[in-house]
Amino acid sequence: MEMTRQNGAAVRAEAVERHYRMGESLIRAVDGVSLEIGEGEFVALLGSSGSGKSTLMNLIAGLDRPSGGAILVRGRDLAKMTPEELARHRRHTVGMVFQSFNLIPSMTLVENVELPLRFAEAERGERQSRAREALERVRLGARLAHRPSELSGGEQQRGALARALVNRPSILVADEPTGNLDSNTGQEILNYIREFNETMKMTVLMVTHERALAERYAHRILFLADGKLVSSGAPAGGPR
Amino acid sequence: MKRQDLLELATRNLRESVLRNSLTTAGVAVGVASLVATLSLGAGLQLMASERVQTSGLFDTVVVYSRRDIRGFDRQQARATSTEDSRPLNEAARREIAQIPGVDEVNPEIRFQVEVRHDGSSYFATVAGLPPSSRKNDAFEKMRGAYFSGPEAEEAILHLDFARELLGLPESDGPAPAAPGKPEDAGAGDAAPKARPESLMGQELVLRYAERVSMRNPDAARAGGTPPRGATNGGNSSGASADSASPATDPLVGISIVRREKRLRITGIIETEPFGGMRNFARGRVFIPLALAEKLNTVQSSSLRDALGLASNDKTYFSLLVRVPSPADVQRVQEAIKKMGFTTWSIHDVTRTLRRFFAVFDLFLGIFGSLALAVASLGIINTLVMAILERRREIGIMKALGASDRDVKQLFFAEAGAMGLAGGLAGVALGWLIGRVINLGTNLWLQSQGSPPEQIWFTPLWLVGGAVAFSVLVSLAAGIYPAARAARLDPVQALRYE
Repeated sequence: MEMTRQNGAAVRAEAVERHYRMGESLIRAVDGVSLEIGEGEFVALLGSSGSGKSTLMNLIAGLDRPSGGAILVRGRDLAKMTPEELARHRRHTVGMVFQSFNLIPSMTLVENVELPLRFAEAERGERQSRAREALERVRLGARLAHRPSELSGGEQQRGALARALVNRPSILVADEPTGNLDSNTGQEILNYIREFNETMKMTVLMVTHERALAERYAHRILFLADGKLVSSGAPAGGPR
Repeated sequence: MKRQDLLELATRNLRESVLRNSLTTAGVAVGVASLVATLSLGAGLQLMASERVQTSGLFDTVVVYSRRDIRGFDRQQARATSTEDSRPLNEAARREIAQIPGVDEVNPEIRFQVEVRHDGSSYFATVAGLPPSSRKNDAFEKMRGAYFSGPEAEEAILHLDFARELLGLPESDGPAPAAPGKPEDAGAGDAAPKARPESLMGQELVLRYAERVSMRNPDAARAGGTPPRGATNGGNSSGASADSASPATDPLVGISIVRREKRLRITGIIETEPFGGMRNFARGRVFIPLALAEKLNTVQSSSLRDALGLASNDKTYFSLLVRVPSPADVQRVQEAIKKMGFTTWSIHDVTRTLRRFFAVFDLFLGIFGSLALAVASLGIINTLVMAILERRREIGIMKALGASDRDVKQLFFAEAGAMGLAGGLAGVALGWLIGRVINLGTNLWLQSQGSPPEQIWFTPLWLVGGAVAFSVLVSLAAGIYPAARAARLDPVQALRYE
């Protein structure tokens, strides 16, 4: 069913389930999904609202634990990891970008980008140079001392991108990264993501419901409906 | 997360809600100030009491009694009254005690009743012999006149009350008592109230006292062992001879009491009794050099026993005062003397109770002082729980970026600890300041009452360090619940929180 563009699998999900109990009823947010994402692959996860795409993304990012099945990242099952190991997975293996940017408002841009390096216990000098380098890469070298409230939406999302790649993760997980941006800014962000995918060989899993963008940037599109994977395939015409 | 990063983030977070965190920290500071203030009062009172006892000169002294003299100190000692069990406190014992390492001096306690004759009148008074080491006592630092010019100087120092009595002055502010034995026609009655006690300096007084004179057995020197024919002026000793070991050979058969007189020059007047009147030997109205008192060979309470010849024929002492270089030596020397077969007493026996009292007193003060800190710790819990609600999304972001539960927990702990540290430091300063102000106020009042200043408030270094450490510990304890709650937050839920 799955198609991998690369030889090794960066992520492999085996009959993953994530069920919630809401009162008397059981919500099957993710219901028996199996998939494989190859190293360096750019995969878009499409589906309508409530289809389970964000839940699946959270499971792969290590923010949540599956109710059943297994999620293997580089051969290790996230479901069997201790909370400390999951935190390490989020710190070193995964970089995350959110629809609402999620920069900490009380911190400057550079402090926000330094934050993952603090959790990774990087030395102060290294922390500062890597944060600057990441911000320069997204052309925010001149806005280091600005607080998020002083930046535009596009700048905030670029800042969030810099924060996601500062720990040099192998997987970038983006949850509707263009959802709060106009189409031009959205494209700019996706251009950056594609650049990271190509130059840094970073595996990308992007949740979106903008099919056009997915077809333009992703190598492969996965469709989710009611918590199930309904189709998987290369975009029409391939990524441009 | 590294400790430095943790502290940086904690400080940054505290600065973000500066008013709320400052108010919480102020609450901690008030709690610590209350603790420091109450314990400083306890420490000050304890210090005051200890200094009083220490300047009394009793801390470096062991009093030695013969077991036969002390009945009823405790039951065990009360049983040990046979002459075989108890050693006499004589000159040999005095020399032996002086040989114990760390003993500075051993002096007998000599006090006796005299009739003092001065200016044609006579008075009854107690005379006490003072060793040369008494010179260092507080009482003599404020003395009017001079200390004895030599160890056997025929000089006397008077207690102020007695000096006033000699001059017919009232002891205090009350009306002048009639001078006992003072002839009505002496003519001094009118002039006396105008005289000052200092006017006695250089004057002479005469002590009329009872000298103890040993009665020698005239037969003892001869060969044989003819029983004594009784003392020349007392038959009691012969009555006791039936049970005596060998009365015929006893060189001493009894004592005589002979009235003597000694003329002394008044050199000084003291206002308070030496050693705060807490040493028996220093309780008197007239003080003379100890060596002179020994030389006078006055009748002592032990003289009657000596007359019975219960243990030996030489002179014994009622008690000996052993002086050691420092209070630390007291216990060791006390033990050594006990092993020699004597009963001992030192102020340590008394201060043990005093220390126990202050330990309980401090405990109660500490409990009451801690109440405010306990209330402040609730403030910390409240502040941190509020912070969790406000920073819920931030916690979610941190977890998404790789913060572990432990990192989040430590961050909240660091914030609680920082509030405790800042509150502790401010509280110690505030408590110290309160103490200073109260000390100042108390001393102003004491001054207005004509009393010397006192330090009733004392903040020792251990209290400064202890209060800050306690504040940090209480704050960390208060942070346990909020920190655990923050660490438990589900990152997915937290990221959804608006």
